[in-house]
Amino acid sequence: MDLALATGIQALSGIATLLLISLGLAIVFGMMRVINLAHGEFLMLGAYSAVLAVQAGVNLWVAMLVVAPLCVGLLGVLVERLVIRRLYGRMVDTMLATWGLSLGLVGAVTMVFGNTVAGFSAPLGSVQIGAYSTSGYGLFLIAATAVLLAAVWAVLRFTQAGLIARGTMQNAGMAAALGVPTERVYALSFAAGAAVSGLAGALIAPMSGVVPTMGTAYIARSFITVITGGAAMLAGTSSAAGLLGSVNTLGTFATTPVLGEVLMLVVAIVLLRLLPQGITGRFFRRSL
Amino acid sequence: MQRRTLIAAAGGLAAPLVFRHAALGADPIKVVSIHDASGGLDIYGKPMIACVDFAAEEINAAGGLLGRPVQVINYDPQSNIQLYTQFATQAATRDKAAAVHGGITSASREAIRPVLKRYNTLYFYNTQYEGGVCDRNCFCTGSTPAQNVQRLVPHIMQKWGKKVYIVAADYNYGQITSKWVTKFFREGGGDAVAVDFFPLDVTNFGPAIQKIQAAKPDVVVSALVGGAHVSFYRQWAAAGMKSRIPMASTTFGGGNESLLLSPEEGDGIVCAFSYFQEVDSPVNRAFLDRLRAKLGANTPYLGGELAMRSYVGMQLWAEGVRKAGSIDRTKVIEALGSGISVDGPPGRTTLDSKTNHVTLDVYVAEVKNRGFNVLQHFPNSPPSDTQSVCDLQKEPNANRQVVVDVRI
Repeated sequence: MDLALATGIQALSGIATLLLISLGLAIVFGMMRVINLAHGEFLMLGAYSAVLAVQAGVNLWVAMLVVAPLCVGLLGVLVERLVIRRLYGRMVDTMLATWGLSLGLVGAVTMVFGNTVAGFSAPLGSVQIGAYSTSGYGLFLIAATAVLLAAVWAVLRFTQAGLIARGTMQNAGMAAALGVPTERVYALSFAAGAAVSGLAGALIAPMSGVVPTMGTAYIARSFITVITGGAAMLAGTSSAAGLLGSVNTLGTFATTPVLGEVLMLVVAIVLLRLLPQGITGRFFRRSL
Repeated sequence: MQRRTLIAAAGGLAAPLVFRHAALGADPIKVVSIHDASGGLDIYGKPMIACVDFAAEEINAAGGLLGRPVQVINYDPQSNIQLYTQFATQAATRDKAAAVHGGITSASREAIRPVLKRYNTLYFYNTQYEGGVCDRNCFCTGSTPAQNVQRLVPHIMQKWGKKVYIVAADYNYGQITSKWVTKFFREGGGDAVAVDFFPLDVTNFGPAIQKIQAAKPDVVVSALVGGAHVSFYRQWAAAGMKSRIPMASTTFGGGNESLLLSPEEGDGIVCAFSYFQEVDSPVNRAFLDRLRAKLGANTPYLGGELAMRSYVGMQLWAEGVRKAGSIDRTKVIEALGSGISVDGPPGRTTLDSKTNHVTLDVYVAEVKNRGFNVLQHFPNSPPSDTQSVCDLQKEPNANRQVVVDVRI
């Protein structure tokens, strides 16, 4: 019983982490069809802003939940203005530009802050489940991811801004004809995506090594999740994260960590062979 | 600006450099250093570069070698193996370097070792690694498992118990080192309850931590490598495991791992290297004072052995050149093979001519407040693992890395 519960929590935690690191990318990709190869560095900057804010004496929760998304969101506005806006509809050029941006950000952070910052440890202590001990912060991450997902969904579903965003996403030309300033919608979406990435980076910071190159460890995973998920940003990303996260975690339990990784990639490849448009190309097609 | 003015200006800028060398007398002896100053491995590379440069400056301040100054040419392979090969070729053919110091991972070493062998360019690899390189042209000056793991395991067995759970990086270093850990545990009457390998980009260690709890070992030994794997230590502490199962590591502290963690996450992890910055000896204190005087606020934290071994590697090479009275490769190799030793900050380092590895001092230390607290000191540990598979006296043309057959 303990074992089942503890394993279930680990699986949920794996899913939540995948979802968290992919959501920002999914928003940008889903809204704008922009493939942001600097996504990993947005996560890294989120982690850095949180760590530096904590070092400067800011309360840990404020640093993670407010400072980090704010900083990276602002950077998102800047990047959209300077780079993305000039390359709309040119997918390959955008990839190249954001890749360059990713290298530049790694270099800049290394130069300004050095490659070593003293991280902060996870708050909330540990929780005992029968014979197993797990981190309270891990449970918080699961809850935080659920809340974040619900918040994004509620904004898109119930607010006017959400309606406009969804309209622009479905048919930008028609939305523009109806008087929607699509450029502004895109700019805001990109900033929102960046802010969510920054938040995700800050939230994983106490559980990972915060170094300038940390983005590379996450970016492949988040791309696989978003692409496997397909067009619908929330339903797609959550279903893909649910599937891949549990395959990875349970695979690791049943076999070895190496095979756990392999299994996850195999499932992603087979899925994309069967459903080239991603999970939401076939199922939940009308969802968000 | 016109081109002519530009050239004149450039000439003016370059002039002081030329004059400085002229002041030392003759044209410089070129040493090439190939270490990653950018990319994922820069946490190891930057302190190593600082120490190579510093060693050269000290040699020059003492009058250079054979009356000539030593000039270090630094190449940054950007954590990219392809660039390693390219820069090694450049060092041998264009720079005609007297020696090349460099390589951090075993993969980078195996990329440049054959190149430098082919071009007959002397090569120093100054990193802790898994042992077994047998090549007359290549000097390995870092510690190997028979030196560090052999000291680490008895220490932790005596302290904590006989059942070990090993977590290691999934490439040759981790695979081979985990075998050594198992071997030494069995020799002491203990055993490994499990060994888990992790690809270098794994960041979620939750399932692994739960598996360890189910296996109930007395101690966990980690041979994890790189920034992503730092996650393991943080998630371990977050799960409240630190107070339940103690941890030792063959890699922690080799780079800046101890600085990335908070004291409550890192404190108490036991490690073994051939040097720690905290080694308390007059030579080491004097060295650190000189380094700080030179680099000021930019002085890197040296942590475990990698940066210090780069300094010692330069010292050994310089000693070889002095003894040979020449920078000719064959003469220097012969001089180095005559049993050279240098007394440096980590203690005495003696070259073993049978293997081109070194006999060195090993220290066991525990992490304390982002640094180390040295617990034990073992002088003169020979590289017995490589000695068991390599004899360059009998077989001077050997050119291989032998995977030391660990009988477990």
